[in-house]
Amino acid sequence: MFPLLLIFLPVLTALFIFVLPAAQSRMIAFAGAILSLLAVLLSFNALHADATDVALSFSFNWLPSLGSNISFGIDGISMVLLLLTNILLPLIILTTFQRDIIKPKGYFSLMLLMQSALLGVFMATDGLVFYIFWELALIPIYFICLFWGGEGRQRITFKFFIYTLLGSLFMLVALIILFQHTTNHSFAIKELYAAGASMTFDQQAWVFWFFFLAFAIKMPVFPFHTWQPDTYVNAPTQGTMLLSGIMLKMGTYGLIRWLLPMVPQAVSAYTDLVIILSIISVVYASAIAMAQVNFKRMIAYSSIAHVGLICAGIFSYKAEGIQGALAQMFAHGINVVGLFFICDIIQTNTGTDTMANLGGIRTVNQKFAFWFLITMLGSVALPLTNGFAGEFLLLNGIYQYNAWFAAIGGLTIILGAVYMLRGYQAIMLGETSSITTSFPALKLSETIVFIVIAGIIVISGIYPKIILDISAWDVQLIAH
Amino acid sequence: MNEILIVAGLGVLTLLAEIFSFKKFIAPIVIAGLLATWVVAALELNGNIYSSLNASVLNMLDFDRYAQSFVLLLTTIALLWVIINYNFFSDESNKADHLSLILFSMVGGFCMVSYTNFVMLFLGIEILSIPMYVLAGSNKRSLRSNEASLKYFLMGSFATGILLFGIALLYGSTGSFYVYDLRVKTTGADFVMTPMFTIGMVMLLAAMAFKSSAAPFHFWAPDVYTGSPSSVTSFMSTFVKTSALAAFMRLFYTALPYVPETFDRIFLILIIGSLFLGNIIAVFQTNAKRLLAYSSISHVGFMLMAIRFFSEPTSVASLFFYMAAYAITTLAAFMVLKIVEENSDGDVSISAFNGLVKRNPLLAGTLTIALLSMAGIPPLSGFFAKFNILYIALHHGYFWLVIIAILASLIGVYYYFKIVIAMFASEPVLAPITLTGKQKTLLLLLTLLIVGMGLNSFVFDLIPS
Repeated sequence: MFPLLLIFLPVLTALFIFVLPAAQSRMIAFAGAILSLLAVLLSFNALHADATDVALSFSFNWLPSLGSNISFGIDGISMVLLLLTNILLPLIILTTFQRDIIKPKGYFSLMLLMQSALLGVFMATDGLVFYIFWELALIPIYFICLFWGGEGRQRITFKFFIYTLLGSLFMLVALIILFQHTTNHSFAIKELYAAGASMTFDQQAWVFWFFFLAFAIKMPVFPFHTWQPDTYVNAPTQGTMLLSGIMLKMGTYGLIRWLLPMVPQAVSAYTDLVIILSIISVVYASAIAMAQVNFKRMIAYSSIAHVGLICAGIFSYKAEGIQGALAQMFAHGINVVGLFFICDIIQTNTGTDTMANLGGIRTVNQKFAFWFLITMLGSVALPLTNGFAGEFLLLNGIYQYNAWFAAIGGLTIILGAVYMLRGYQAIMLGETSSITTSFPALKLSETIVFIVIAGIIVISGIYPKIILDISAWDVQLIAH
Repeated sequence: MNEILIVAGLGVLTLLAEIFSFKKFIAPIVIAGLLATWVVAALELNGNIYSSLNASVLNMLDFDRYAQSFVLLLTTIALLWVIINYNFFSDESNKADHLSLILFSMVGGFCMVSYTNFVMLFLGIEILSIPMYVLAGSNKRSLRSNEASLKYFLMGSFATGILLFGIALLYGSTGSFYVYDLRVKTTGADFVMTPMFTIGMVMLLAAMAFKSSAAPFHFWAPDVYTGSPSSVTSFMSTFVKTSALAAFMRLFYTALPYVPETFDRIFLILIIGSLFLGNIIAVFQTNAKRLLAYSSISHVGFMLMAIRFFSEPTSVASLFFYMAAYAITTLAAFMVLKIVEENSDGDVSISAFNGLVKRNPLLAGTLTIALLSMAGIPPLSGFFAKFNILYIALHHGYFWLVIIAILASLIGVYYYFKIVIAMFASEPVLAPITLTGKQKTLLLLLTLLIVGMGLNSFVFDLIPS
């Protein structure tokens, strides 16, 4: 019953927000998100204690004529993502505590609806249900970006929407193709696996590319990334956090759950191609990130670089690669939310996020500089931070597949350090400029966010086993 | 058959209202009558009422399960339409005439979904169309409305002429008007497709494509849809369209099951033409009504796919579901459009929707749900409608057609979202809109139907495959 609880808690909270006065929206949203966090911790405990299937899965006979059941299941792989989602949501809501949000009812209820849809994506064990939640996750974020976004939002959000919808429609075709090959007309994931394995290579290839298109656009991987930087920069801060922190992981999760085990022949045939694309992503996005003058845009590109490496690691199809991908998905979610929050604080207090105009904030606000430093070190994968375990395992997995790929992909560690340190230097060190001299102290809610983020960065960096153990067993089942 | 009797009687009664001056009560009477029709139709479909009249009537009409399901759908549409457009009648001096025209055209629609004889197909189309020609021009003082009426009438009668030619040629080559005779003859082993049969069939297909406004026979639709009063447009794009498509499908359901396979090319031209012409031209529209007209052409492309893949077991159910989903969605969209139109001095350009969410969130919400459903976003009913159709197309081996349909519907998202963006991301220039309690209830009901039909497959299961 945990899946239902997880999905309905945010929806219920959104309903409460809708009927109660707007002044309380923020607090209700936060309370609801904390409840969701508790719920996911409970289900984590149940998973850990090897609870019965009844507790961790749910099935309801929904559309018999289409062979689709509303069915969810939680295993170690989904648990990582569920934890990430429900840890990030309260943090994301906390980041609004010092900001004025216009139309808070809509803003917070859309955020929670998005949470619900994301949790659905990570738990669905039925093709059609997966597709529906996949699309449902897109609608709230579209409206968040459209209504609360910045200049030129109509055009940018529209590109984002059309782009992602294109991918998902092709995924729908792939699902229907698989569905037709099932023996007893069912969308259940096990049946789809069997159907995928039974298809000819050509059919598998179509399914592979259709799925990959959807996931590659969502992540995004070169050459499908063009919607991403504009959307990230233009979206309201919390929208960017949702997009980069959680929504991006829909794509990588989709690869692990819906692509790798689905069409084995096609996967082994196209692995090289996909890894090459991913490595291009890594190098290309890092190079562009180095040339950015705008901090937010730089983080957006760094996100493409990180996800490229994750994608390559997943396709190495080694247990280390996939484990590394999961650890890095978790780490990247935490770090990128921290970075975007830093960016938001800088922008709110100085009115700019162009790095050249900033500088010397460290001399004015040392605490802020400290939190920034930790988050940044996590992002550049310094040993003993959360980013390190993930990237190390990812490169290990890729190395086992092909040493050259690992060598080129490993550039991300150097390049990442280059642009992140340069960004830190430009913003925090040096002489204070006219706009940074009066940089105010952090508020309590802001400090809490940073304490949690830094805590996760350090703890899961020193002892990555807490993340890795969650998914270890289930990854062994699918990896080579 | 009972439904035809009730509705025809109701029509006559409505005409009498003008003479015996009980016009004030006529709208409630009609709504009550339609409600009764709906109950009768539902009970018949459920098998609770057996009427001897339901058996084949003089080999003219046959209220089989196909007909009963569509009669129920048509009655639902008409009932909702009359309730929504209540004020279309209340502020007109000759409202009784308009109501009776609607009722008579309903009789035509019922004949079109239940015919077993080509004569009844022809009569049904005429009974349906003639009141529509009049209603298209019912805004007497508007030049555009007059133009719409004339255009509709000229083009419509031209198409009916072609239909008659087609029927005559089919009669010439098979010797019967009766659909089941035709079925026996055309499915027999010794059947040879003579040129006369082919030409007759092509003419029949063209006429039906015209009536369902499929490209390249769509040219009348945008002008007529734009010129007619919005209420009439919403009736045309829901009730009339459903009748036409159901009659089209019934052609193969009863008489000519192999024709979609044999005339594959013609169907593909109609389908791809409708999908692309409708969607691409809609992109450039600035008038919301015209935009919806072109979008309805593109939806016909999907509906025709169900007809093309008639031999698939779920094709009839898929068409039925698509029609139901499309009709409810369109009713909702037009209801909002009409309210916006009334509050902006008759302006229905997309800029009239600017900032609608701030003028009235419920209107904006309903229209957004309706447009998302038309665009095929899950879990709304429009998604499942498209899903069913794509499924049968893939199952029939038309992989490339599915890709085309998907690309076309992606273009569709572009223009639907033009309206959504206008509603949410632009500043309002006009005053806020206040709704009556009845309007609010109706909007919520329609939204609920759009969502509910998606989440539950009851509509799909009405017709056994």
